[in-house]
Amino acid sequence: MDKSMDPTTSASSSEVSSAALTMFRLSSWLKSPRPYLMLIGFAAVLAFWFFSVEVWKLPRFVDMPGPTEVFTEWFSKEPYYGLSVYTPEYYKHIGISLRRIAFAFFLATALGVPLGLFLGWSKTFREFIFPLFELLRPIPVLAWVPLAIIMFAGSETPVIFLTFLASFFATTLNTMLGVESIDESYSRAARCLGANRWQTFKHVVVPGAMPYIFTGLQISIGVAWFSLVAGEMVSGQYGLGYLINTSYMMIEYPKIIIGMITLGIVGYTTSAMVRILGDYLMQWRVRELALGDN
Amino acid sequence: MSTVITEQATDTVTEGAIRIEDVVKIYDPDGAAVMAVDHCSIDIPAGEICMIVGPSGCGKTTLLNAIAGFHDITSGSIHLDGELLCGPGQPEAVPGSDRIVVFQNGALFPWKTNLDNIAFGPMMAGKLSKQEIYDKARSMMADAGLSGTENNYPGEVSSGLRRRVEIVRALMNDPKVLLFDEPYRALDSLTKSVMHEALLEIYYRNKVTIFFITHDLEEAIFLGHRLIIMSSRPCKPKKIVEVDIPHPRDYSVLTSQRFREIMNEAKDVVHEEAQKAFDAGEKEG
Repeated sequence: MDKSMDPTTSASSSEVSSAALTMFRLSSWLKSPRPYLMLIGFAAVLAFWFFSVEVWKLPRFVDMPGPTEVFTEWFSKEPYYGLSVYTPEYYKHIGISLRRIAFAFFLATALGVPLGLFLGWSKTFREFIFPLFELLRPIPVLAWVPLAIIMFAGSETPVIFLTFLASFFATTLNTMLGVESIDESYSRAARCLGANRWQTFKHVVVPGAMPYIFTGLQISIGVAWFSLVAGEMVSGQYGLGYLINTSYMMIEYPKIIIGMITLGIVGYTTSAMVRILGDYLMQWRVRELALGDN
Repeated sequence: MSTVITEQATDTVTEGAIRIEDVVKIYDPDGAAVMAVDHCSIDIPAGEICMIVGPSGCGKTTLLNAIAGFHDITSGSIHLDGELLCGPGQPEAVPGSDRIVVFQNGALFPWKTNLDNIAFGPMMAGKLSKQEIYDKARSMMADAGLSGTENNYPGEVSSGLRRRVEIVRALMNDPKVLLFDEPYRALDSLTKSVMHEALLEIYYRNKVTIFFITHDLEEAIFLGHRLIIMSSRPCKPKKIVEVDIPHPRDYSVLTSQRFREIMNEAKDVVHEEAQKAFDAGEKEG
């Protein structure tokens, strides 16, 4: 792409700050066809929705709210069904879902990353824990719903527990795979250079597993939203999953679509935040990939 | 002739003599014992560049790993300056910064900058202050012509430069021995020749013993005081070739008469072993 980024001549690229690199990537992204293809993709789906519901009125689409109705409701100061970007209730749903996600994701990361690191690092520990872990992991979150409600008091903790569960498994497993993926040469080199076992863990195992950990966290935040909506549909008050489910029962169909699109936007934003944090913590990888991009 | 070279090597260096005595290594991964190293004895005087030449997969790396302390030996012993590294009662050497490996595919930590990589060993030892360590690291980088790449990550610089950083990282610990495991295997021949000169230059400034594994005969003769040509698996010395071309050497040596004579002397033996390894269908390693 850009010859000045060639690895052989990049001795001075230490002066390229991460901000400048971000700007460079942004401007080359805008020059590439990718953003425009993306817009075309969005437009195509919107057009299909519009035509199938509002123009052609296809048989199975009779009860579907069309884009006009949904967007009018969504941005209306006096929404017919009582929910739009101008009503505090809308933000309450988002806020409560986000708070549950934050709790569960934080807990899953705080427990999953260390557990995964030790599973990958210590063979004895892995033989002890991993079979149990592998037995629990395939159980779908929905199967945990009754137990979650029996085990935890109130309506809030079961939802957080369910959200936590799927995240936790994704984070732990990826962290473990991350440790296993580390080239043996690195820990051998560290030992040669005089590092003890703990220093090797800190300077080789943790940073070496970091790319996988963040892949795990990306998956984790995704499944967290998935489980959250499942949890909110059966338990709890407020939240986007609750909104979608109650709107269905109250036959307030535009609110379902508003809830769904909002979920998409908020989910994407949280996932992007995890990615940005990963890039920030792994400058070495960002720079490596930037060079390998062309 | 051999005494001349040995004296030349040991003139300035008093530490780093390796004595490999009767070492046997048998792998037993799935019930069927495989002999990787067969009663191998090699004596390397302090400060020598000793080139271990053999076909891929002959078990040379097994020997290097035993010296470094990455795995045990079945019998025999290895001493460094008269001290037992591994042998009876101590099957596996303890890895330490007196013997540092430069790995085949490079093992600079990609998550640390070049400077942090170079400072790693002393930082782990914790004997010097951070300031002292980083001052030394910077000056060693400058000596090796690596100034300006301190804050680059290894993934951002050329593979040739990475190898130089890795050697400097090893030298930061004042090792007695550097163990090279075919470090230039993946480099193209032009980069290789530049790397060879750079390595010799570093060697002339910091005399250490060098145990260098390779299957490239030209590389072996250009760098080494001595070539130990190994038989294909199980690995044991088959022929020793003295390289009586005086150090310091530069690239012009490659076209000299003597270089070609030594090349001819070694070539037949190496070729024969390579043929044997090829016929046996051994996996490169």
